[in-house]
Amino acid sequence: MSKGRFGVHGGQYIPETLMNAIIELEEAYNHYKNDAQFQKELSDLFQNYTGRPSLLYYAQHLTQQLGGAKIYLKREDLNHTGAHKINNVLGQTLLAKKMGKTRVIAETGAGQHGVATATAAALMGMECEVFMGKEDTERQALNVYKMRLLGAKVHSVTSGTATLKDAVSETMREWTNRIDDTHYVLGSVMGPHPFPTIVRDFQSVISKEMKQQILEKEGRLPDVVLACVGGGSNAIGAFYHFIEDTSVKLIGCEAAGRGVNTAETAATIATGRLGIFHGMKSYFCQDNYGQIAPVYSISAGLDYPGIGPEHAWLYDTGRAEYVPITDEQAVEAFEYLSRVEGIIPALESAHAIAHAMKIAPNMDKDKIIIINISGRGDKDCVSVAKYRGENINE
Amino acid sequence: MSNIKKAFEKGKAFIPFITCGDPSIEVTEQIVYAMEKSGADMIELGIPFSDPTAEGTTIQAANLRALTAGVTTDKIFDMVEKIRQNTNIPLVFMTYANVIFSYGAEKFISKASQLGIDGFIIPDLPFEEKLEFLPLCKQYNIDLISIIAPTSHERISMIAKEAEGFIYCICSMGVTGANSEITTDISAMIELVKKVQDIPCAVSFNISTPQQVKQMADKSDGIIVDSQIVEICEKYGKDCITYIEDYVKKIKQAIVS
Repeated sequence: MSKGRFGVHGGQYIPETLMNAIIELEEAYNHYKNDAQFQKELSDLFQNYTGRPSLLYYAQHLTQQLGGAKIYLKREDLNHTGAHKINNVLGQTLLAKKMGKTRVIAETGAGQHGVATATAAALMGMECEVFMGKEDTERQALNVYKMRLLGAKVHSVTSGTATLKDAVSETMREWTNRIDDTHYVLGSVMGPHPFPTIVRDFQSVISKEMKQQILEKEGRLPDVVLACVGGGSNAIGAFYHFIEDTSVKLIGCEAAGRGVNTAETAATIATGRLGIFHGMKSYFCQDNYGQIAPVYSISAGLDYPGIGPEHAWLYDTGRAEYVPITDEQAVEAFEYLSRVEGIIPALESAHAIAHAMKIAPNMDKDKIIIINISGRGDKDCVSVAKYRGENINE
Repeated sequence: MSNIKKAFEKGKAFIPFITCGDPSIEVTEQIVYAMEKSGADMIELGIPFSDPTAEGTTIQAANLRALTAGVTTDKIFDMVEKIRQNTNIPLVFMTYANVIFSYGAEKFISKASQLGIDGFIIPDLPFEEKLEFLPLCKQYNIDLISIIAPTSHERISMIAKEAEGFIYCICSMGVTGANSEITTDISAMIELVKKVQDIPCAVSFNISTPQQVKQMADKSDGIIVDSQIVEICEKYGKDCITYIEDYVKKIKQAIVS
């Protein structure tokens, strides 16, 4: 079996043109992950630029209203640029800089990863180009503007379904075109090895902090950790340091779109099957002939037909559970958290909140749930208003 | 050993690529006969994939047209069955790993072998992952074609040592159809191959002129068109056949001249 496997999942299914770049990246990462100076620079950026550690907030009103388990929110939405994406981006951009790269490219769905990459590139003085599905540039126009403001060039991708999967394909194509000076800052725990491992390691700061914070506040581990899953980077970040603590239930919330019984869904575990795509073996939404399905979710960041290989493995082994959440449930949770707690979550994160709303009332009051609030919801106000039949100007 | 060696026996080989089902599966079948008649030595049959990450816009659009027109792997198998009643020209499938994997690797590979397919070119299956399909390919006598690229450098020896059929040499950075300028030292790449194995090396590039074809043919054992014939299919649809014949004759002429 080749490198970077999580059970049968993972691997390096990419064109020969990219192989040496991937090998070079792996070697550089293996060197720098154990380099004290690199780690010091990164933790300095986390602390002074991102604003880490992010808060673990006891959501008193949410807890009382739901009337069951005690609910904590891990506030990744308070990070600089408004989402967990910056954790991985700072790590990869710093790594790229050490490797002597002068240009970074990235895909983006909701635009959070693109904004984070444009931010890090501005900070580190690197050239930046972001590929974003045309449909997403329309529903996330503010993020497109932000990326441009930060000095990045944004390419609107019109191929295929013009969403996240096509943005990933287009960024891979661009990387084969120009490798020498360019690093591809992949935004999720997907793609060929070593990306799923690198991204997971940089995101694992979330569960590392969570664990310390909950032990300080409650003197014990949580019973449930909830996170939304598209490719799965915030979820793996939230799960990672709890994987060995088998008393902690790990639940990933997938985007069911209009429902798992419709074609308009992005719930990979619920509706997909094993396949090979975007450099990895994992579960994918696809037809009988292996054509990748045109998935759908109201949330641009979860609108992806696959799931990272480590999640596929956590699912296979039963260590994590994956549940589908519809657009309607996510929008309700988006509105609910805004109203009861004064926190507007990203639509992506709202999928995790929706599941907490289902399970918390049936849990005892001495149980603890942590929801990873992967990002803030400013970017989604226009979409949610539209969903509710209201037209607002940005 | 497969039928592939035959393609290189009469001198430099010409290997055109087409996307099956564009504009229709019936026309694809006719294109195969027309290309053989016009001098093609082996034909690369692309099985469309929804997300062809190694292709430029021309072949991406062809894949989309073919899938929209309703082509499937099974319909392509049926077409190959008909083609094999009429010609023995070496045929290779070019498709992405998921098309084979998802069909059921053994089902796909045994069926392809039974229909007389000689090899597979899988752009997202590098050396490191070839065991995904290699044991079955060996069992069913299909050559799994190895690809080398301008970035392969020291990997060339490792790849060439275990290569079968022929070696598919990519001359330019980027996806198909992207660059018509060749900046890579193809002779040096091929020399590295021949040091470890005497295997035919065919080069794939975005052809711009017959002169360029001649130059590349002199340095290699064969020429693979990248996306030019697909462009003709795009432009002329079901009327593409005579244009393709003219094009294949012209390129073949440049190769053997």
